[in-house]
Amino acid sequence: MITIKNISKQFGRLPALNNLNLELRQGECIALIGPNGCGKTTLIKSILGMVLPNEGTILFNEKDIRNDNEYRRSIGYMPQIGRYPENMTVGQVIDMIKGIRNSDEQTDEELYDQFEIGNMLHKKMRTLSGGTTQKVSAVLAFLFSPKVLILDEPTAGLDPIASEILKNKIIKAKSKGCLILITSHLLSELEGVASQVIYMQDGKLIFHQDVKALKTATGQDTIAKSIVQLLKRDRA
Amino acid sequence: MRININLARKLVFIYCLVCFVHQHSLSTILYVGEKEQFSGIKKALAASNNGDTIIITKGIYKEGNIVIDKSVCLLGRDMPVLDGELKYEILSIKKDSVTIKGLRLQNSGRSAMNDPGAIKIYNASYILIENNYLHNNFFGIFLQYATHCIIKNNTLKASQKEEYQSGNGIHCWKSDSLQVIGNRIYGHRDGIYFEFVTHSVIWRNIAHFNLRYGLHFMFSHQNAYITNYFKSNGAGVAVMFTKKVIMINNTFEENWGDAAYGVLFKELSDCYLSGNRFYRNTTGIFFDGSNRITAERNLFKSNGWGMRIQANCMDNKISRNNFMGNIFDVTTNGTLTLNEFSENYWDKYEGYDLDKDKIGDVPFHPLSLFSVIVERNPPAMLLFRSFMVSLMDKSEKIVPSLTPETFVDNKPCMVPHDI
Amino acid sequence: MRRILKYVILDIIKNKTIIAYTIMLALFSWGTFALEDNVSKSLLSLLNIILLIVPLMSVLFATIYVYNSSEFIELLVSQPVKRSKIWNALFTGLSISLIIAYLVGAGIPLLLFSDTGTALIMIAAGSLLSAIFVAVAFLSSIITRDKAKGIGISIMLWLYFSLLFDGLVLFLFFQFSDYPIEKIVVLLSALSPVDLFRILVLLQLDISDMMGYAGAVFEKFFGNQWGLLISFTLLALWIIIPFYLSLKKFKKKNL
Repeated sequence: MITIKNISKQFGRLPALNNLNLELRQGECIALIGPNGCGKTTLIKSILGMVLPNEGTILFNEKDIRNDNEYRRSIGYMPQIGRYPENMTVGQVIDMIKGIRNSDEQTDEELYDQFEIGNMLHKKMRTLSGGTTQKVSAVLAFLFSPKVLILDEPTAGLDPIASEILKNKIIKAKSKGCLILITSHLLSELEGVASQVIYMQDGKLIFHQDVKALKTATGQDTIAKSIVQLLKRDRA
Repeated sequence: MRININLARKLVFIYCLVCFVHQHSLSTILYVGEKEQFSGIKKALAASNNGDTIIITKGIYKEGNIVIDKSVCLLGRDMPVLDGELKYEILSIKKDSVTIKGLRLQNSGRSAMNDPGAIKIYNASYILIENNYLHNNFFGIFLQYATHCIIKNNTLKASQKEEYQSGNGIHCWKSDSLQVIGNRIYGHRDGIYFEFVTHSVIWRNIAHFNLRYGLHFMFSHQNAYITNYFKSNGAGVAVMFTKKVIMINNTFEENWGDAAYGVLFKELSDCYLSGNRFYRNTTGIFFDGSNRITAERNLFKSNGWGMRIQANCMDNKISRNNFMGNIFDVTTNGTLTLNEFSENYWDKYEGYDLDKDKIGDVPFHPLSLFSVIVERNPPAMLLFRSFMVSLMDKSEKIVPSLTPETFVDNKPCMVPHDI
Repeated sequence: MRRILKYVILDIIKNKTIIAYTIMLALFSWGTFALEDNVSKSLLSLLNIILLIVPLMSVLFATIYVYNSSEFIELLVSQPVKRSKIWNALFTGLSISLIIAYLVGAGIPLLLFSDTGTALIMIAAGSLLSAIFVAVAFLSSIITRDKAKGIGISIMLWLYFSLLFDGLVLFLFFQFSDYPIEKIVVLLSALSPVDLFRILVLLQLDISDMMGYAGAVFEKFFGNQWGLLISFTLLALWIIIPFYLSLKKFKKKNL
């Protein structure tokens, strides 16, 4: 569904992505992990068209995303930190995004109901807590039943209940055949959700494997443990 | 004895009275008009003697140039019209003691060669011109070598568009002891023009919307200008090369333009100005080469410049005037100041008065830095009201460095003078 | 674009800074007109205030707003809309909100107290000035990612247009006072929107007669309808050029 071919990106002299190749297929839930500053966010932003790579191409359904914005109609994005104009109300933000999408499709209001957003439509964004803002971001990402979901640290700041609701929603989406890309520092969060793991370091791809294959190869029962094992082996 | 003297006095008085009446009974009254004794003014004049009265009844008279060479009194009844058909000088007065009253004089000839006027006085004295209405003439009332004449309560209107097509309203040349009183002059080249005119009084005239100057004189010494009103004339008022002029209680208003002045004083000396009002002129008074002028109790309000004093002016005393709402109160183009300012009221003064004597305790420097800059470099006016100029002026006020230290009013008044 | 614009405006006009700005403008304008009986004098005082405050407020507020909206801009970019539409919407939203503030604060008293011609010129020019400095803010905020630096650039630009440029002009006047530079200065004044605005209003107030020959040149140039048209075109260019440059950069920007 998304093909990434030889992309590189430098910010000034600092290389953020270094000749990266990836093939992301439909129906997968891919955990994007790696140490801080490894290029995860740059990769996500490249896919979303926020960062323009110096080299290489990104294909979305076999179409180059350069100079295109319509492909983003099929993407739901939940940023790491959502900051919205201070004086907009929750209702206005949702209305505005609906207006921009301007789609006739039935919106998916499951999260909207579960997070009880309806009760706070009149509240101004600046008065919301970090967790509530994240809830709004999540609602916006899932609202249009997108084919691809890109979630940047989705559970950070969410309370355990909301976190669980979101997790269930992700699994549901995966079962519907969506491609889901998640970054998270908490590897345990990804357990039971992720079907593939991409590990990056210094802008390079270290590995891209199925979770099952990974667990079998390392003989561990959690993603976290298997990755630690794998990295130890590499270093040794 | 006492009774006799009284009696003698009475006799003398009666004799005088008899003589007076007798003389009067000798003069006759001649009527001019369609149904009157004389059909034309010229015919009546020919039939008249010195001291006669000619009464012109209502009608339109087109008799070309009428020369008055007898001491007669020309009276109009119901404003008869004397028309010059744009060809002739209408009345030429060439004899003393003539009176012209109650006529409407219009359409005088136009010529730059001999300057025809509606009424022109040649070499005559004791002429009275009163209550006439002059319309669309080249020159209005023209006096040359005239003395002891009275020009009173006439209205002069002209409507030329260009200066060269137009003559002056009241034009006096080489004359003495005139009284110009209560005239209204509109639309001429200069409203009142004097050259070599002395010992005269100009009182209660209104000159407005004239093409060039409302009042213009040169070499005209020892005249007094009192309670006249000059408004919206093309270039305001300009007076030159004259000594000992008194100007009291005149108003100079709305003379706005690049070269327009409330009053332009060029080479004037020993003059006295008091109680005059200057409103909304580009420049209230412009002093150029003028010395020993005393200006007190005048009002300068809402002018571009209240006063501009060129560096060639000396010993002028500017005291107890009000400067209010002018863009610049005073400017000069020099660095040396030989004029004296005292006890003026400046609305820009920001000082204080601790001893409550109504005189500010700190001297006032009326010259702003920006005004000095503009004086040297007029286009810099372009920066008027810019933030930088405000900053510059403020800092100059605190630490004067570029404006002359001697240009100062040491006794600025805290409250406006009652003018 | 209209969707985004609507909500941006709704957001900004509820902003406390904008409300304070409007009230301050209103206080100044009502104050000067009420305290001074001479209308043209109060117009001049008001002109001083407007020339200082409107550009400063517009440039600072817009710069800070753009920096504070960076995450919001990211969110919008992740939606299926063209970048240019987002940038346009933000610019238009900011300009319209600041113009509304100016109209409410200064426009109403201007219309009430001064003659219609001068009021309209001041309203039109003040509105353009607001938009111009929003455009300038967009340019300076796209030049650097660093918020502090961006605000610094904005303040420097404001200082330049409000103060340094005039200093430069004055310097030129004195340096070349022996040459007929009036016409050049006319052209030069077009290089600063603040000066252009000030001169337009001054000409309305008959100050040109005090500038001698330069005033005549100015009157001839700006006094007729063509001149007015040209000056407003120039002011419009001051919006278009900085904004276009910033837009070009924004299209290629890594968020």
